[in-house]
Amino acid sequence: MHDAVADLVRDGDCVAIEGFTHLISFAAGHEIIRQRKRDLTLARLTPDVIYDQMIAAGVARKLVFSWLGNPGVGGLGAIRRRIEGDIPGEPLEVEEYSHFGMVGRYTAGAMNLPFFPLRSYFETDLPVANPLIRPIRSPYGDETIYAVPPLRPDVTIVHAQRASAGGDTQVWGLLGCQKEAAFAADRLIVVVEELVDEAVIRADPNRTIIPGLIVDAVVVEPWGAHPSYVQGAYDRDNRFYLDWDPITRDEAATQAWLRDWVYDLDGRPAYIEKLGTKRVASLRPGLAPSGLVDYGAYG
Amino acid sequence: MTDPQTPFSKSEMMIVAAARELAGQHVCFVGVGLPNIAVNLAKRTVAPDLELVYEAGVFGARPARLPLSIGDPTIVTGATAVVSMLELFGYYLQRGLIDVGFLGAAQIDRFGNINTTVIGPYEHPKTRLPGSGGACEIAINARQVFVIMRQSKRSFVETIDFRTSPGNLGGAEQAERIRREGGWLGRGPTVVVTDLGIYHFDESGEMRLDSLHPGATVEQVRETIGWDVAIAPDLGATPPPTSAELSLIREDLDPGGVYTK
Repeated sequence: MHDAVADLVRDGDCVAIEGFTHLISFAAGHEIIRQRKRDLTLARLTPDVIYDQMIAAGVARKLVFSWLGNPGVGGLGAIRRRIEGDIPGEPLEVEEYSHFGMVGRYTAGAMNLPFFPLRSYFETDLPVANPLIRPIRSPYGDETIYAVPPLRPDVTIVHAQRASAGGDTQVWGLLGCQKEAAFAADRLIVVVEELVDEAVIRADPNRTIIPGLIVDAVVVEPWGAHPSYVQGAYDRDNRFYLDWDPITRDEAATQAWLRDWVYDLDGRPAYIEKLGTKRVASLRPGLAPSGLVDYGAYG
Repeated sequence: MTDPQTPFSKSEMMIVAAARELAGQHVCFVGVGLPNIAVNLAKRTVAPDLELVYEAGVFGARPARLPLSIGDPTIVTGATAVVSMLELFGYYLQRGLIDVGFLGAAQIDRFGNINTTVIGPYEHPKTRLPGSGGACEIAINARQVFVIMRQSKRSFVETIDFRTSPGNLGGAEQAERIRREGGWLGRGPTVVVTDLGIYHFDESGEMRLDSLHPGATVEQVRETIGWDVAIAPDLGATPPPTSAELSLIREDLDPGGVYTK
């Protein structure tokens, strides 16, 4: 992880750590904090606790998003304080869309299109708040809908269940916009729970969402998505999200947390050890294997 | 059967009333928080055939526990389909397959226009709220919109600070024209359920109190709304939660009392 972040994430980059509640690479976020990257533009549909931590650590100057909160719990205090101007030295620029708008932006970026059209934003204040959301007339009729610009992150980082050494990546469970954010990126880091033989990938090609063709680095980092989750591997650590609420309300407590859980640790194995085996074991789900399908052997 | 001996909280009444409004509905887009528990209660009571759609990319969820967030792994296991968010918002929502979109709000006005973005001016907000998420496109593309929220003078306001999700705009006439001309598939907000009562929208597109929850009074309603609210001449009384509804909430859906305190 250290090398992937050091080589591929540069000061001033637009960075997207995607994953919609599922498969959020907290490990990559923490490594970016440790390496004290600066002036990043952070893009994500739901900034979540990971961007709250990264913004508290001072890595970002701008946030591009569609829903700002600690899902199912409350607010993100560190981000709010910077938007509301309570931390004078660290103003945070925001550029905001809706979920469909952000997904459309990645899609346009992934497909090399100049914009993504959608039926949203009518009669709202969002295009006023963000003038990059613009009305567009259909070339085939009188209809006016809205367009959003492509988003092409300098670096996208996604977590996944497994990949081959060549970077062919498979995901199951919520897909979010991992694929769109990956194809939209200039550089792509894939973080996985498990490295598997290429034969495992080839046995189930429908599950491959990212080909090694577009992957710049594969990082094997078990538990790298904690406290978010990995379908079939571990559950969301809801206690962590609840515990974050009083921490994020207080700037000193937030900085103390970053010291204890990020700066003072050298990587994810140390973080998991600090979390404790009991806590980690409690997050393992029961079994619910998929049925097998037969792809057939031809020739 | 109703058990008058079982005490219940205002939040429980609100959740039960919202769930009952889903009777007869087929495909429901579930939002985070209170909508989540109301829809899951409806699925277990008045609307067993309800298809639960989560913006995270799930159609036909069968959650075995109350999802802790709208992206909980329990909405995946056993679901009919798991799709990308591009497909969920494009093929399911924008295509017009969603009967009811269920939203919460920080501020709402008499016409059901919703603010979840900021309190105060956008550039220098007094309070920064979560923003749209999927709410803006849900309000436009779902066939109808249900709103569930606690009422107070701070949340039921004459003028919202920011319009995140369109309701009946400046009134029914304008909203119907703009929706028709713009090719919107949805007809906007139809139900608002609060801790005090149930509202529908009258011919002018304005919120009207149609049913008062047990223990609530018209005075309380007036004191917690920032405009002179319309009240139905034949104002109804919401039946209290049944013991079956309460035990589902307390034992299955929210045993920790996170939403129902």
